[in-house]
Amino acid sequence: MTVPLSYYLVLSGFVFLTGVVGVLIRRNIIVILLSVELMLNATNINFVAFSEYFHNVAGQVFVFFALTVAAAEVAVGLAIIIALHRTNSSIYIDDLNLLKR
Amino acid sequence: MDHIFFFYFAAVIATTSVLVVALRNPVYSALALLIMFFHVAGLYVTLHAEFLAAVQIVVYAGAILVLYLFVVMLLSIKSEERYHNQLPVAGLLGVMLCTEVILLLIQSRTATSAQAIPADAVTGAGNTEMVGEALYSTYLFPFEVASLILLVAMIGAIILAKKDLNEHVQQ
Repeated sequence: MTVPLSYYLVLSGFVFLTGVVGVLIRRNIIVILLSVELMLNATNINFVAFSEYFHNVAGQVFVFFALTVAAAEVAVGLAIIIALHRTNSSIYIDDLNLLKR
Repeated sequence: MDHIFFFYFAAVIATTSVLVVALRNPVYSALALLIMFFHVAGLYVTLHAEFLAAVQIVVYAGAILVLYLFVVMLLSIKSEERYHNQLPVAGLLGVMLCTEVILLLIQSRTATSAQAIPADAVTGAGNTEMVGEALYSTYLFPFEVASLILLVAMIGAIILAKKDLNEHVQQ
């Protein structure tokens, strides 16, 4: 194991930042959910890297729970998107201003 | 050798994650995310988390991304023509988080390196055995709660995506 831990942290920080920027600048809800997946993957990279460097398997177990939450989030989120598209016939967040009108 | 693998996986992960955000067509975004998931799985293999690599491919690439592509094609979304006007906020937040990461890394560089922890006695067992052991002994209760979360998500998705929900409510 010669790659330093900070390299993994930089990679994970970059992916997380990309996810944050994607959530903020995209208008399509599906791409916003994809950006959330990016952020979850960045945390998973961190968990696995720390788990390897500290020789503790708990980090890998926590990736499982993050995976479970990601799967649940995707299922409910995509169901919400389908319901939204059915009632609103649009999945762009600019068009979802019902409370503002 | 480790460096070559790491830099290959890191370069592809960084490029595809930028592509996920930058590409206008949601289908292309989802496909870029697919490539990223595979390379994250490769990164897990270099980190000796082989079981997680398999789970990453099976669950993320096999289940979650197929669900995304299914919904994208079901809704037949056209390409997005412009970005949201929150670009200044996003840029400010990005710069702030970036400086935070850099500051933390500089501080950790000056601090003592935390890599001196020796391997414990369990390293003789395989990765899957170790994960299973921890999952079913120390983390048994969170494991059961996770299955409950999945059940709730399943019921919620069925209820939300049901076609005649509004008619039932109005009756």
